[in-house]
Amino acid sequence: MRCVLGIDLGSTTTKAVMIDESGRMLGKGITNSRSNYEVACAVARIEAHTAARFDMLERALSYDPSAKAWLVPLREAFRFELFLDDLVDLRATIATNLEGSPYADNKALARAVTSVLDSVQENAADLFVAGAPRRSDFFRDIAGALFVAEAESLARVGVVPFESLVGLYDRAILEVETRLRPRDTKSLLLRAVARSVKMPELDGTSAQQHQRMVQMLEHAVCEATKEQILEIAVVGTGYGRQTLPFPKEAVRSEILCHGRGAHRVFPGTRTVLDIGGQDTKAIQVDDHGVVTSFQMNDRCAAGCGRYLGYIADELGLGLHELGPLALSAKKAIKVNSTCTVFAGAELRERLSLGQRREDILAGLHRAIILRAMSLLARSGGVKTEFTFTGGVCNNAMATKVLRELVDENYGTDIQLNIHPDSIYMGALGAGLFALDALAGDIPPLPAFVRDTRMEAT
Amino acid sequence: MSEQVDSHDQKDKSQQTQKRMIGEHFDKLARAKEDGKKVVYTFVPGNVTELLGALDLLPVLPEINALQSGMRKRSAGYIAEAEKAGHSEDVCTYVKCDVGMQKSGNIGPTGTKLPDPDLLLLSYTGCFTFMKWFEILKQEYNCPVVMLHVPYQTEGNITPEMRDYVTSQLERNVIPALEKVAGKKLDRDALAHRMQLSAKAEEDLVAVWESAKHRPSPIDGYFGGVYYVGPIFSSFRGSEDAVTYYRELREEVEQRVREGRGPMTPDGEQKQEKYRLVVEGPPNWTSFHDFWRMFSKEGATVVSSTYTRVGGLYDTGFRHDYRRPIDSLADYCLGCYTNLGLPTRLDLLERYIKDYQADGFLVNSVKSCNSFSVGQLLMLRKLEERTGVPGGFIESDLVDPRYFGKANIENRIQSFLQVLEARRGKGPGDPLPKRSEGKRALTLIDDQKAGGLP
Amino acid sequence: MTDPAFALVERAHSIVDDRKLSTVAHWKDNHLGGLAIGHMPIYVPRPLIEAIGCLPVALFGGGDAIDIIRGDSYFQSYICHIPRSTVELALSGDFDALDGVLFPSICDVIRNLGGMWRMLFPKAYTAYVDLPQNFDRDIGGKFYVLEMRRIARELQERGAQPLDPDALRECIALENERRAVIAELDALRRAEPWRVKASEAYLIVRAGGAMETKSHTLLLREFITAVQQRTVRPIDNVRVVLVGSFCEQPPFALIRALEKSGCDIVDDDFQLGMRMIDGPIEIAEGEDPLDALARAYLDKGQETASRYIGDLIKGASLVRRVKECNADGVIFAAASFCDPALLDQPMIEAALTKASVPHTSFKFAENLGQFSVIREQAGAFSDAVKLWGAAS
Repeated sequence: MRCVLGIDLGSTTTKAVMIDESGRMLGKGITNSRSNYEVACAVARIEAHTAARFDMLERALSYDPSAKAWLVPLREAFRFELFLDDLVDLRATIATNLEGSPYADNKALARAVTSVLDSVQENAADLFVAGAPRRSDFFRDIAGALFVAEAESLARVGVVPFESLVGLYDRAILEVETRLRPRDTKSLLLRAVARSVKMPELDGTSAQQHQRMVQMLEHAVCEATKEQILEIAVVGTGYGRQTLPFPKEAVRSEILCHGRGAHRVFPGTRTVLDIGGQDTKAIQVDDHGVVTSFQMNDRCAAGCGRYLGYIADELGLGLHELGPLALSAKKAIKVNSTCTVFAGAELRERLSLGQRREDILAGLHRAIILRAMSLLARSGGVKTEFTFTGGVCNNAMATKVLRELVDENYGTDIQLNIHPDSIYMGALGAGLFALDALAGDIPPLPAFVRDTRMEAT
Repeated sequence: MSEQVDSHDQKDKSQQTQKRMIGEHFDKLARAKEDGKKVVYTFVPGNVTELLGALDLLPVLPEINALQSGMRKRSAGYIAEAEKAGHSEDVCTYVKCDVGMQKSGNIGPTGTKLPDPDLLLLSYTGCFTFMKWFEILKQEYNCPVVMLHVPYQTEGNITPEMRDYVTSQLERNVIPALEKVAGKKLDRDALAHRMQLSAKAEEDLVAVWESAKHRPSPIDGYFGGVYYVGPIFSSFRGSEDAVTYYRELREEVEQRVREGRGPMTPDGEQKQEKYRLVVEGPPNWTSFHDFWRMFSKEGATVVSSTYTRVGGLYDTGFRHDYRRPIDSLADYCLGCYTNLGLPTRLDLLERYIKDYQADGFLVNSVKSCNSFSVGQLLMLRKLEERTGVPGGFIESDLVDPRYFGKANIENRIQSFLQVLEARRGKGPGDPLPKRSEGKRALTLIDDQKAGGLP
Repeated sequence: MTDPAFALVERAHSIVDDRKLSTVAHWKDNHLGGLAIGHMPIYVPRPLIEAIGCLPVALFGGGDAIDIIRGDSYFQSYICHIPRSTVELALSGDFDALDGVLFPSICDVIRNLGGMWRMLFPKAYTAYVDLPQNFDRDIGGKFYVLEMRRIARELQERGAQPLDPDALRECIALENERRAVIAELDALRRAEPWRVKASEAYLIVRAGGAMETKSHTLLLREFITAVQQRTVRPIDNVRVVLVGSFCEQPPFALIRALEKSGCDIVDDDFQLGMRMIDGPIEIAEGEDPLDALARAYLDKGQETASRYIGDLIKGASLVRRVKECNADGVIFAAASFCDPALLDQPMIEAALTKASVPHTSFKFAENLGQFSVIREQAGAFSDAVKLWGAAS
């Protein structure tokens, strides 16, 4: 199967979108951006491939309406298999690092690490069931949280110092996540099939049923992985595009990509607001999705996702908890500065004045959106239909305030779009540019695509 | 503005001439005290160099020193020096760079100490900060100051009242102050002669600017342009040297047109003219060559710019006029770009975009220069409305490297150029049809227009 | 006992907070055909505007009370705050009562704001007032008279009355009267700072920016009378002069915060325009009153960052003021990104240091929300000044 790939290397996450020649989206993938951009892109690409295979799998099973229910545990099992592979790598890396370190002879430390890793493996299983509260799918986040929790309890009983354990993890995780391991999707899927039938969700079905299901799934896996996916063109975009691991001809501005992606999903879109980790962009597009003008925030990161990150850190909250908390505010305290540098100090001062946390947060959200509104006005205002993208659009308070301010300033008949997959708009736009390229000069493939066969099949 | 691009074709005669002129000028400055020559510090916009020349006074231009310090990577240190002395981070970095340089021994661009001023000639033209700048220098040097207050052209025309105000100051304040320092009376014939020389050089400079109407443009009218305006903006207007320089430059540029060659860049000749841009606002000096490369390597040529008009707007017809020397000096001062009201600036930009057939225009908004910067965002929107040509916006500073975010600026420039590319052939915003690259047409744009665009 | 000045201060405060200019609209209802002409801060020749039957309305930005959206969209982050709120207010229709706006030559920001105004509000009257930086009567004076004539002429074309020398003489007399009452208030503040707080004086003086001169004089008189009826006890605070070449105004709460930190602000240049001419505008026998108005600006205009210093020494007049009002120190407060004030600052500080006047400085923006750092700084300064005073 011939297809194209769009990749968006962001400051916090890297996204990939795979599109077939007819323009149908086959799959999308996401991973955390890391110090090695090439690996980040490659992992996102692999994730998109995996998603494409799951899509094919779903189609291969479409003849049986009950099969859909089996796919949920299968996905979880698949992620768990990936996790276990990564954990093997982490274990080996820690062992190697320990060997070469001044603590090579520290038996207690070696024993403690092994025990922590064993517990990580054991506890992780609970996270890979449908509906389990998993904050993130990224190995770094899941393993890190489990490792730290376990190391803390070991340190508490005085076996080894917490810092020594976490130090080993921190060093190893950098190596693990910047090392690209080929992914054999088919055998992973088969392993996942085997595991998923043992999963608790499937209890209550008879042994015979299990057997039949396993056979059916295995057959579907073989069907779904038969056809080779061949990437013909790849276009990349993203933050700091100078360092993207793509040939120059294969790079498009993120402005163009976000505009085009949003327009593709919501064809009536004429204005796009993207609030990402590092910057805010206000983009105007024409009826073809071509950018007509754009504005970005100035050199300071005030009012971007990063600012919310600082606030969350300052309050000891998760980023995703800010919006809901702010929504519970009785009133919004007026905050005029969105300066990231002063965010912490201002917050502490307001708290010390006895102002309520949620009211301050409501004010902070409002301040951020006010800045975005200025940028929108700067770029030419909001026209008929308006699409909000970027990480911050997942924040319910941010979208609420945006809706209010758009109503106030541009009237209530503006259509405001927010898509659950809005984080993929840039990658989608890049993919559409790659699709264009099929008709003309196809840019050279990036090394991480050119040099790696995706699947062993 | 007076430093050469190293990789420029060294055979160009005009560059050799400019280099010699600058060298000689700084030699004269270095020897000024022993030669008994008097030194006058003044500003580029609204400079009255012919008057200084006619009285044998040597000009020093602190703005040029500041930008040179920026190019020679000294400005960060000088600015730190000034901030240590109590100057705010918020204010104009030219001023701080100059104050810092003065505090660090006042070593000029050629490595020799600049002579202290015998007079500060405060031409308050188009920039409020000039006034503060010389108030500060006055305290540092404890020397006389003479103010030339040039009223602002709000409506885009020079009224008799404005001209009279400026000529009165010239006749009754400035010339007497200069005569006092020079120790002699102004020779009006010598002044008239210099004005004639100015007009000659101005004629050739305009021809150089307008050569950019050709495709490909033989010059870059912004990055290259700042070298071309160097002599006429600084100490050489009204001199035989300037006449020679601009004659040579014009001949070279016309030769490039005949040969269908593109502009010179820090990396040699630009081979491709993919985008034709008009730029508003001063350049950044601390990463000047990096900044230039962001355009040249993408095949973007700046065909016209407003920064190259801060020291005089000659392409709207103004020439120094020896028959009415004082009046024309006043008109010169009144007509400098930053002394024009925003609506007039907008008209001028619109004219440049149309006359030079630009694909897009770009604003480089510098933190230091409120005179330029305030209103640029509105101008951007209005220009897009009026011309349908896409506008881009970047932010940097003159000589404070802290405000030159290379990745950020490059990102915006590339995004902007890609928007231009994406918009080609679409909608009213497209001034140019698709064309095959590398074809070196020798036709003037005006001729093309006459024949109808393909 | 209730404060006899309470109602007056409240009234002034409501006028200052009246962003929608309802008092101006009210004035227009009572003066059919009269034009309301806004002007940006520091100085414009208000008697001239009043003489042609117009109401001059001082515009001081939006303070800390409004959300800025459209205003921010036109200004880069390194520009001060007052143009943002001014544009925001105008685009929100809050200036609908105005028939025009004057932009005096304060700095490049305000100058260019005038140009933007032409583009944003092409129907409104917009004029740049190029105040002379040449103080020679025959040069700068002549130019300024012609500037004023031009403005009067242009306003006449829009329905103002023709400039009549007698009307101008009368308005100058009214201005002199107001000027005298403000001087009286200033003297009272210096003599008994515990009787009149600087923040109250600020409101009472600033309220006059949107009033006819004679009504303002009345308000000032009533206020002085009222505060003299207060029963007060002297408080031993540190006496400071607060300067900042104010165009953008500090938030009112900031002035209050400084007072609370133990500083009596015995002199300031918040509303310098109201005090720009040092003493009365004198009209010589047979002199054209317009010449007199220009002459007063040339010869008796006070030092501020937007006015050329000429042959004077920067800061010398401030040192004089400090001595005159027997102040202990100077607080220098500049609006962030205010080039004129901030470029003046090192020169002024040098002059103060040379004259052994203690001083401290900070920056603000009109919409600053947090004052704790400034309050702390002012508190520390006042403590230091007290210690310093005790030791010397």
